[in-house]
Parts: sequence; C-alpha cells; structure tokens
Amino acid sequence: MMDNIAVNLRADFPILNREVRPGVPLVYLDSTATSQKPWQVIQAMDQYYQKNNANIHRGVHTLAEEATAQYEEARQKIASFINAASTNEVIFTRNTTESINLVAYTWGRQALQPGDIIILTEMEHHSNLVPWQILAAEKGLRLEFIPVTDDYLLDLEEYQRLLALKPKLVAFTQMSNVLGTINPAKEMIRMAHDAGALTLIDGAQSVPHFPVDVQDLKADFLAFSAHKMCGPTGIGILYGKENLLENMPPFLGGGDMIRKVMLRSFSPNDLPHKFEAGTPAIAEAIGFGVAVDYLKSVGMEVVAAHEREITAYALDRLSEIPGLEIFGPAIEHKGGVVSFTLRGIHPHDVAQLLDREGIAVRAGHHCAMPLHQKFNIPATTRASFYLYTTLDEVDQLARGLENVVRIFG
Amino acid sequence: MDDLYREIIIERYKNPLFRGELEPCDIRFEDENPLCGDHIRIDVRLDETGHVKEAAFSGHGCAISQASADLLLESIIGKSIEEIKSLSKEDVIDLLGIDLGPVRLKCALLSLKVLKAGVYGLGVAHDELVEGH
Ligand SMILES: Cc1ncc(COP(=O)(O)O)c(C=O)c1O
Repeated sequence: MMDNIAVNLRADFPILNREVRPGVPLVYLDSTATSQKPWQVIQAMDQYYQKNNANIHRGVHTLAEEATAQYEEARQKIASFINAASTNEVIFTRNTTESINLVAYTWGRQALQPGDIIILTEMEHHSNLVPWQILAAEKGLRLEFIPVTDDYLLDLEEYQRLLALKPKLVAFTQMSNVLGTINPAKEMIRMAHDAGALTLIDGAQSVPHFPVDVQDLKADFLAFSAHKMCGPTGIGILYGKENLLENMPPFLGGGDMIRKVMLRSFSPNDLPHKFEAGTPAIAEAIGFGVAVDYLKSVGMEVVAAHEREITAYALDRLSEIPGLEIFGPAIEHKGGVVSFTLRGIHPHDVAQLLDREGIAVRAGHHCAMPLHQKFNIPATTRASFYLYTTLDEVDQLARGLENVVRIFG
Repeated sequence: MDDLYREIIIERYKNPLFRGELEPCDIRFEDENPLCGDHIRIDVRLDETGHVKEAAFSGHGCAISQASADLLLESIIGKSIEEIKSLSKEDVIDLLGIDLGPVRLKCALLSLKVLKAGVYGLGVAHDELVEGH
C-alpha cells in the first residue's frame, strides 16, 4: 500500500512530530506554499556552517576550496535531476520569482520590440504575470492569455489560434498552484516552437512533484524553487538552454559575474557565473543539492504515484461534505492540490477553525487573483499534499471540515 | 482561543441586523482588505443634530469581518461624529469579546477603518485610523 511510503518517510521530517498546541499534533496540508524539510537537508546546512563555511570561487585556502566544491556539486546534482545537458544551463537564483524576472529583465529587454506578443495563461501565479506586465509597459508589448475552460484546463484550441499572432514567448505554469491542473507542457512547447516562439515554464509546482526532463520537454527556460521540494528558502533555479543564456546580457552586476573590470567597463564571466552576482546563498545551495538527493532516493515516480493516491482519496472524501465544491479539474489532470469552497462559509473561517485542530491549510487567492476573478470566487481554501502526506491526514481534514459545517450549521 | 467563534459572532454573521444599503445617505465609504479580498461598504444617515440615525453595511468577507461590522454599526447608533472619530481598535475588540492574532485583527478592524475614513471624508482607509490614542 502506497500510504506506507509516507508513514516511513515521516520520520525524516522532524517538524511533522511537533504539536501545534499541547495535545494537538500538526497536520501539515500546505506543501504547495512551502514543503517541510528532512533532517538530511537541515543537517547538511548545519554541517556546512560548522565545518566548511567560506566564500566561494575566489579563495585559495582549504575552506574556500571545500565550499566551492560543495556549491558546484549541488549545481551538478540539480542539473542531473532535471536532465540538463550541462551545468552551464543551471543558474542559482533566489526563487522561481527571481528566475522569471531574470529572463524578463535580460532576454526580454534585449530581444523584444514594441508590439511584440507574449502569451501567458489565465491560471498563472502572480510571479509569472507581473514581471511581464512590467516589461510590457516598459517596451510596449502585447500580452495575450490562454483561457481556462469550465473544466479547469487550458483551452488548447484558443492557444493554437493565439500562436497565429506569432508571439515571441509563451510562458506558462506546468502545474497550477490553485487548480492543481497539470498542463500538457511537452505538447504546448512543441506548438510554440512550431510557431517560432520561445517557452518559459514555471516549474514551481511541477519539479517538486513529478519527473521533469528539460531535454525531453525541449523547454527553453524552466524556473523553480528549492523550498517547495524539501530544500531551504532563499534558493531557486533558472534553467536555460545554453545558446540562449550565452547571448543574454547579464542581470545583476557585481562580483563573481565578471571576468574583467575596468573603471568604465567590464566583460562578463562565463556561464553559469555570468548570472550569479555577489556572494550567493551557499549553505542553501548545498541544502538544495541534498534535497534533490533525497527526492531521487525516494524516486519522483513514487512521489507522483503517492500524491495521486492521496489526491484521489481526498477528492472522494471531500465530495461527501455538504456544500463543498472543488475548484479544479478531474483527477486525470490534477496534481496534489485541492482548492475548494464551502457554501456560506468564508475560507478564512474554514482555515482558522481547522487550525484549532492542528490542520494547516491555506485560505485566500493563493497569488492567483485573476484566476479567482474569472470564476467570480473571492477566495478559496486549499489543502495540498506531498510525499509525507498520509490517508489518515486526509481523514482528519474531512472530519475537521464536517465540524466547520456543523459550527456554521 | 476557542472563543474565536463565539455564538454571537456566528449568529451575527448568519443573521446580521445592520446589513443593507441606505439610499441616499450622508456618509458612505468602501474599502477592502487586499490580503483576503474582504470588502465592506458602510452607509450612514445622520439626524438634524449630527448624530447617527441609521447605518448599514454591505460587501462580503469572513465571519469575523462581517460580525464586527454588524456589532460596530449597532454601537454607533445615536453617536455623534466626534464620538465616532474617537473609536479605536480596542473598542472593536471589546465588542467582539475575543483575542485576535494579527492577521484576523485586520479582518475585525476593516469596518472601523472604513467607517472612520468615511467620517473624516478621506480617500483611503489608513491603518492609523484604528490605532488607539
Ligand atoms: C506556480 C507557482 N509559481 C511561482 C511561485 C513562486 O515561487 P517563489 O515564491 O518561490 O518565487 C509559486 C509559489 O507559490 C507557485 O506555486
């Protein structure tokens, strides 16, 4: 039984043992916002500060060499995790948001001209909307949106029509953090390439939850965050095809991103350092590498299968609750995110009442206001799952919700 | 903690006494809490002496924000503008009779912010409006 996987893995996550209040154990159903971290990751970062701490790339002393080796080893692990062709294609950033901004500010500013078109979707997180809105205002670009259907999927026929406008870029999320919709990224990338557009994939919710192979997808850019995949906050990745990154201007200026500096000019460093100005989050990069080791040892297919089982069970269980409506597609198209409304009860009240029982869920618009506006829902409650979520926790959620309905009865 | 959903709060959420709109009215203001999308509009009618004769709220939000709006409007009937200006967050907390964390406090105070912005004739509802003296 799949559930055993979570039961066994839970011992690796110290926080899952805590009680929210005396006698009230934590039921953590907010992994879409950020995942919990296994002790292996926590210990690796701790060890780094206790044994190896030094600045990287410049020093010649032993600690600096050790720290540099560990930092670059992490890059190597992450490159192999997403099957990048080279570590030159794997840029450390702060998070998904910064990765997307990096592309907007460098490639976008260089390659786009007034009147150029970028295609986005109606289900994007604000981090894949606002950078393009800023760029569009600055450069006079046009933004077009692939609509979300009544089944909570992207309208691919409309996408095909939009591609006839000859967009320069198609940027979309591989999995929605609200609906849970898993978009057919490979097909969408192929369609974009056929129309002569580049693609940027928001992988914030896909890379943590199922196997993602950038070469198989043929993605031009892929952005994701460590903190949603068992790693620390403060570190994320921009993957980009080497020839694209090679031709892009640098992002932030400063140390490490340069080869040579004169008083009035500089020449940029080689990839990937060209995009990593200043002292990076070294301990976090090392922690990220260990997080990737951890997920690999479990197996991303196994993670995905476990989440599928938990999600199917949750959809069944929650559909029994009177007045509850799921905001998202059927299980075939869905990852481990269940957003819902309860008739007559505000999501904030739902989340607060569940918190009394130690159940952590999210309430609000989940950084996707336009999506909520489209469906005319001010806010939803969201429960989300990961490799450590158990069927028992889903039962506790369902019982908690039944209690909420009773209180507001 | 367990008192957060006291009976009076659930009751006022489900069956508010001051829900509605006053057309025309002397004071009207609306605003929202961008964090959670709660939206409240308050309409007030004054009598000849400048005291509150009628008040009503509309909009949507959580039980805390809706119940506190209802209780707040109940408490200002017959009050003068000056008395409304002197209301602070402690008054709302007393009305609700519960302890709130910082996030839910924003929900509870939205109606007071909206009311005071309306009374002062301001364009925006600042947080400072609900601070104590
Ligand atoms: C789909 C999606 N994109 C982007 C982000 C932004 O991630 P971060 O805050 O780590 O930059 C998130 C996180 O909430 C997300 O779920």
